[in-house]
Amino acid sequence: MKLVEAIVKPFKLDEVKDALTKAGIQGMTVEEVKGFGRQKGHTELYRGAEYSVDFLPKVKIQILVADDQAAKVVQVITDSAKTGKIGDGKIFVSSVEEVIRIRTGEKGADAI
Amino acid sequence: MNIGKNLGHFVSVSVALVWLVSAGMSLAQDAPAPGAAEPAKLEAPAAPAAQAKKEDPGAAPAQFTQGLLEQIGGAKVAADTTWTLIAAMLVFFMNLGFATVESGLCRAKNTSTILAKNFIVFAASSIAFLVLGWGLMFGDGNPFFGTQGLWFVGGADNSPAMGDAYKGVYSSINWTGVPLWTKFFFQLVFAGTAATIVSGAVAERIKFGAFYIFTFIMVVIIYPITGHWIWGGGWAAKLGMFDFAGSTVVHSVGGWAALAGIIVLGPRIGKYSKEGRVLPIPGHSMTSATLGVFVLWFGWFGFNPGSTMAADAAAIGRIAVATNTAAAAAAISASITAWLLLGKPDLSMMLNGALAGLVAITAPCAFVSIESSLIIGLVAGFLVVVSVLFFDKVKIDDPVGATSVHLVNGVFGTICVGLFAQDQFTPNTTGNGLFFGGGPGLFIKQLVGVLGVGAFVFVISLIFWKIIDATLGVRVSAEEEIEGLDIGEHGGVAYPDFVTVTTRGGTLIGGERMAEAAVGARTRELSKGTIS
Repeated sequence: MKLVEAIVKPFKLDEVKDALTKAGIQGMTVEEVKGFGRQKGHTELYRGAEYSVDFLPKVKIQILVADDQAAKVVQVITDSAKTGKIGDGKIFVSSVEEVIRIRTGEKGADAI
Repeated sequence: MNIGKNLGHFVSVSVALVWLVSAGMSLAQDAPAPGAAEPAKLEAPAAPAAQAKKEDPGAAPAQFTQGLLEQIGGAKVAADTTWTLIAAMLVFFMNLGFATVESGLCRAKNTSTILAKNFIVFAASSIAFLVLGWGLMFGDGNPFFGTQGLWFVGGADNSPAMGDAYKGVYSSINWTGVPLWTKFFFQLVFAGTAATIVSGAVAERIKFGAFYIFTFIMVVIIYPITGHWIWGGGWAAKLGMFDFAGSTVVHSVGGWAALAGIIVLGPRIGKYSKEGRVLPIPGHSMTSATLGVFVLWFGWFGFNPGSTMAADAAAIGRIAVATNTAAAAAAISASITAWLLLGKPDLSMMLNGALAGLVAITAPCAFVSIESSLIIGLVAGFLVVVSVLFFDKVKIDDPVGATSVHLVNGVFGTICVGLFAQDQFTPNTTGNGLFFGGGPGLFIKQLVGVLGVGAFVFVISLIFWKIIDATLGVRVSAEEEIEGLDIGEHGGVAYPDFVTVTTRGGTLIGGERMAEAAVGARTRELSKGTIS
């Protein structure tokens, strides 16, 4: 099983979610996060005191998929989240040891 | 401060009389004819004829009786009292403005404690001023404080009798023809305003208990004593210094006490870096801050025009316009100043700008032209912006700009009386200021008053803050300051449903790391005893 974590621009969330559900994904977890990549931030003033605005708001989507689904999910996310501009985000794919459905106690592939 | 103009009284009495006549007629006669009273509106002598209690319209006009005279007097007192009380309620409402603007300009993790301070300050002021504050301020006594009628507003008094007819121990305030409790209530809300000014400056690191104690000291000792000097018939009043609604009495007094508090407290952790850089600590809600400033602006329409303590139709409208003009001009000049100096029109600076204009016009509002109030506002808006930058440069950490708004512009506004006063607006009071041919006399008197009050309030505040620090301690621990005072001081956060994270506009990780380093440094210095 694979955990696919995608950090995307917040206004892209609905589009990504719709694309994933259309592709057959039945659940996901979403967090509000901040982040930056290679893009430079910029400085602003608050009451005359300078601060740097490096972190930008992003959304992190986590989806658990079977091994053979991972590549397709990555493609779906990439296609729906892309704007072509700086700050589109990144996707991380990692292996997951165990998955448990809390309500029923099912494990492994049955719990996805 | 006798501002009764003959015309003003005449008009207000006539209006009240028309009302009284109509009411009287509908009670006294079966067939009320309120329309009959209207042609008599501007002719007081004709009114008794229209009010004829006899059924016979062809009878000779009634006499101007003693009973009628008392009715007229009663109507004037009723009008004056109504206006004064409503104005006082507007000033009471300003406490909401202070609470919201202060909490909006500070971090979410300190919201409860800031609201708590602004809340309790009015309760404490109400009791303190009732018990002793009023008496020290308005009681007859010596040039420095009152000595008669000190406790619970209990001195002999025959208000609303005015001037020579007044018999009592609060003669300094016998120029207004309202009953005693109305006088007290109006003055009480002003005392509360002075005390709450302090809470913004000391925010985000002061112990709630320390502020609580200082508030009582402020409203029982500091505010009434200086108030006695200027409004209570003390040395400043005798000198001929004027402060119509309290740029000095309320705002600069609050400002000096706040400055002393900031000095004793020290800056917030993470505000000034070791290299001397000023770091921003943004407020958590510009919505709250803006709401607060609008409420304060609104309340000021009670603060300034209400200080006539009379339904003086000629004056209160003009004072309201002077107030608004100064506020608006200051908001504009602050926005432009911030735009030019800082590159963008910082909202918090614009908000401070409006308040600065309001504070600056508070002393001169009854004595100056509308054009003058425009100029005063324009300067005040500029002053507050550069003042905020200045205080940060000298490491005076004021989270909400209270010293820049209330202290700097309180002083400026008081001095403006000496510059812009024109005798025509409140005759035989201030005379003309420096810019209107009155010479430097008034200006010098204003300056003397400002310096005298400043020296006294700053020094005595410093002493009391130091005493509180030596006993209870004024500042929370570094750990509590980082965590947020809501939990440490009050046992509960303002926003339990949200994770409140100090982000400093985006540099979350940097900020926290800096804060942790600062905690470590401060803890080390505390244990070494190099700082107290």
